[in-house]
Amino acid sequence: MAVHRLELRGITKRYPGVLANDDVSLAVAPGEIHAVLGENGAGKSTLMKIAYGALAPDAGQVVWNGRPVALRAPDDARTLGMGMVFQHFVLFETLTVAQNVLLGLPAAFARRTRHGWLAPLIERYRLGLDPDAYVGDLSVGERQRVELLRALAARPQLLILDEPTSVLSPEARAALFATLRQLAAEGCSIVYISHKLAEIRELCDRCTVLRAGRTVAVVDPRGMAQDELAALMLGSAVDEVRTAAPRPAGDPVLTVRRLSVPAPAGQRVGLRDVSFDLRAGEILGVAGVSGNGQALLLSALSGEETGMPDDVIRLMGRPIGRLRPSARRALGLRAIPEERLGRGCVPEMGLDDNVLLTMAPAQAAAGGWVRRRGLAAAASGIIARYGVRAVSPRVPARSLSGGNLQKFMVGRELQGAPRVLVAAQPTWGADIGAAARIHQALIDLRNAGGAALIISEDLDELLGICDRLAVMAGGRLSPAVARARVGADMLGRWMEGRWDDDPA
Amino acid sequence: MIQLEARASASRLATWLSPLAALVLTMLGGALLFVILGVDPWQGLRLFLVEPFNGLYAWGELAVKAAPLALCAVGLSICFRANVWNIGAEGQLVAGAIAGGGVALLAGPETWRGYVLLVMAAGMLGGMAWAALTAWLKDRFGANEMLVSLMLTYVIQLLLGYLVFGPWRDPYGYNFPQSRSFDEAALLPTLWEGTRAHAGLALAFAAAAVAWLFLARSYPGFRLRVVGAAPAAARYAGYSPRQALWTSMLACGALAGLAGMGEVAGPMQRLTTSVSPGYGFAAVIAAFLGRLHPAGALVASVVMAALYIGGELAQSRLGLPASIVGVFQGLALALLLLGDTLVRHRIRWRRPAPAAR
Repeated sequence: MAVHRLELRGITKRYPGVLANDDVSLAVAPGEIHAVLGENGAGKSTLMKIAYGALAPDAGQVVWNGRPVALRAPDDARTLGMGMVFQHFVLFETLTVAQNVLLGLPAAFARRTRHGWLAPLIERYRLGLDPDAYVGDLSVGERQRVELLRALAARPQLLILDEPTSVLSPEARAALFATLRQLAAEGCSIVYISHKLAEIRELCDRCTVLRAGRTVAVVDPRGMAQDELAALMLGSAVDEVRTAAPRPAGDPVLTVRRLSVPAPAGQRVGLRDVSFDLRAGEILGVAGVSGNGQALLLSALSGEETGMPDDVIRLMGRPIGRLRPSARRALGLRAIPEERLGRGCVPEMGLDDNVLLTMAPAQAAAGGWVRRRGLAAAASGIIARYGVRAVSPRVPARSLSGGNLQKFMVGRELQGAPRVLVAAQPTWGADIGAAARIHQALIDLRNAGGAALIISEDLDELLGICDRLAVMAGGRLSPAVARARVGADMLGRWMEGRWDDDPA
Repeated sequence: MIQLEARASASRLATWLSPLAALVLTMLGGALLFVILGVDPWQGLRLFLVEPFNGLYAWGELAVKAAPLALCAVGLSICFRANVWNIGAEGQLVAGAIAGGGVALLAGPETWRGYVLLVMAAGMLGGMAWAALTAWLKDRFGANEMLVSLMLTYVIQLLLGYLVFGPWRDPYGYNFPQSRSFDEAALLPTLWEGTRAHAGLALAFAAAAVAWLFLARSYPGFRLRVVGAAPAAARYAGYSPRQALWTSMLACGALAGLAGMGEVAGPMQRLTTSVSPGYGFAAVIAAFLGRLHPAGALVASVVMAALYIGGELAQSRLGLPASIVGVFQGLALALLLLGDTLVRHRIRWRRPAPAAR
């Protein structure tokens, strides 16, 4: 038998109260694209941290090219020839792209580099980055690509990618897949961590499935149906989301006319003449690669961004451009930002206090006093109704996983009975079960006559739940078209900002 | 190589034990200091740990010092919770002393006994006015409140000097830089016969209770905490950072002003060039020792008061320099910060990564 590039044997890792990995094994051959599939909390991240030397296992062995190795730190793994792209970015915002890449490289290599050395690499992998741009100015999607670039620059023998496509456009994803296949053909092994079944079936040669910290199967994903894979991962059949049946939309509830916002200091993209109507009983999707003004659009609609004319945004005919977020909420407009911790929730505060954050003052505090018992009950209600995994309504928001916190936030805003809900990346980082629940909640809102604006980079998500779709590019918003009329080539053109040629 | 690793979660118990550990270590450090200075460490520590609590009069003195400390520390806790770094409580205290003292000087022998309430109100307004200056400069021009509040402290101290050397100097005071002593009606009542403990202590307890209610139970207090803990979340919720700034600064100004008024209308009974041995600064330490919790601020203020008294005793009985109090305060704060770092992080001793194989 050929020597494996990387082999993990009988890895066990215990955290207080949790057995994160229980006798897990994984073997990756040279040039193989190997998927590690599992729900959030199945132990994927722990396993990869152990492989990469960021964590020490309680038991088990890491074998590299046939030799057992003791990894004391990620540095050791990098020295051996492993690269990793983390799901959560570890970039220096005050440094440029090139500087960030250099920092991840061995000193001996870094000393030999000259200005401009990165450009061919960026070109080759079609990452579309400016080496001299400051990371602090980049969007989430672009930062992800910096992470990828950083790993590729070290010419790894094995590359670990943790949920890399969650913020990529379809073209970028296709380009990434081509790159990965090319790397694999050159002999580099790829470990691809994901819970996106379609991607795994499309890309990977083999697939190790984890569930609750144990290996449940090692399969060839190309020969399996999506349902079979999902069943392996979840342990039971997946609940299908009731896809939104088309229905006649009602009157416009949110009207935006020529909304322009200058680019914030240090960023390139502002909003230019954004206009759209959101009607009662519909979900309008906003697609596009992040960094094209989506964040600003959400802030402008939520009321966090100020300084625009009153009548560029109208809610049921009423100008609200100058109202602050709490006033807009009182009128029925609620927003869910992309950043959950620190913006959507206060990390150190309990879920009950975080319910209070966006509650109407009259309901939250009678005569200025906070009703703690009512808040705890409200938080418990959201936990139960939206399947949030939290042991108590008082646990700090920080202690919840990303997907759970997202469910909590969606539940919290829906609890406020909005007429219009604006949400950015509502399922980013959520596993299949959580995503399905969130989508169902959004569709229920729509079917009850509410309206939702969903800003997302996940096209599958948008095509699954939206009635109409528009695209953001360069701070402008395309006309919205019905889902049935959306074509892949058209979306590709629109994402580059070329929609004026199309007779929409 | 020593590395600090963030802990996944800080233990609640450790969070509360950290100030205690800091105090114990401060005492050990103090003992070491006494040994170096050639003083019997047991005798030295006795002055700090036993003497301040020995007898009714000693408790009274403790209350005299703890009251202004606690008032300032409670006010500062509110500021720090709002992420407003007001370190000029000392200046606000002096402003309260000047305003309260000015009103107190207007009283005569025949004045109504309730007049002291006016003195109190004047003290609060004085402190608030001085705090408002910092708040306004930050609000209007974005000036750094830490610098502004600190610098304004020296300004108001000079103003106090001008007043007691000039217009308010007691004409029968043998040219000492101090005002005439206040009349009975302008003085805070004494709490217990035989001690100097005055009504300021009751005010401190009341302030802590109200501050706790405000922070933990009121909606404006919640908004203030959100602004302090997560500014982006406050923006998203629609809470005003300006409101948090003004509320916390004015609250702290009022309490510090009350403390200053309590000094001049309490134990001093007149205005002099120095109305506080740095209570406003020591209160910063007390606020952090008390975990920015009003009740904690009360307890920590008693500790800081004992340090002051121990320091005074060390001067009079052992002939040690006055700066011993500052050394103890500094030691306590440094050790507390160290302890808090260890509560949130763990130290990992790591050999440098092995060379390439």
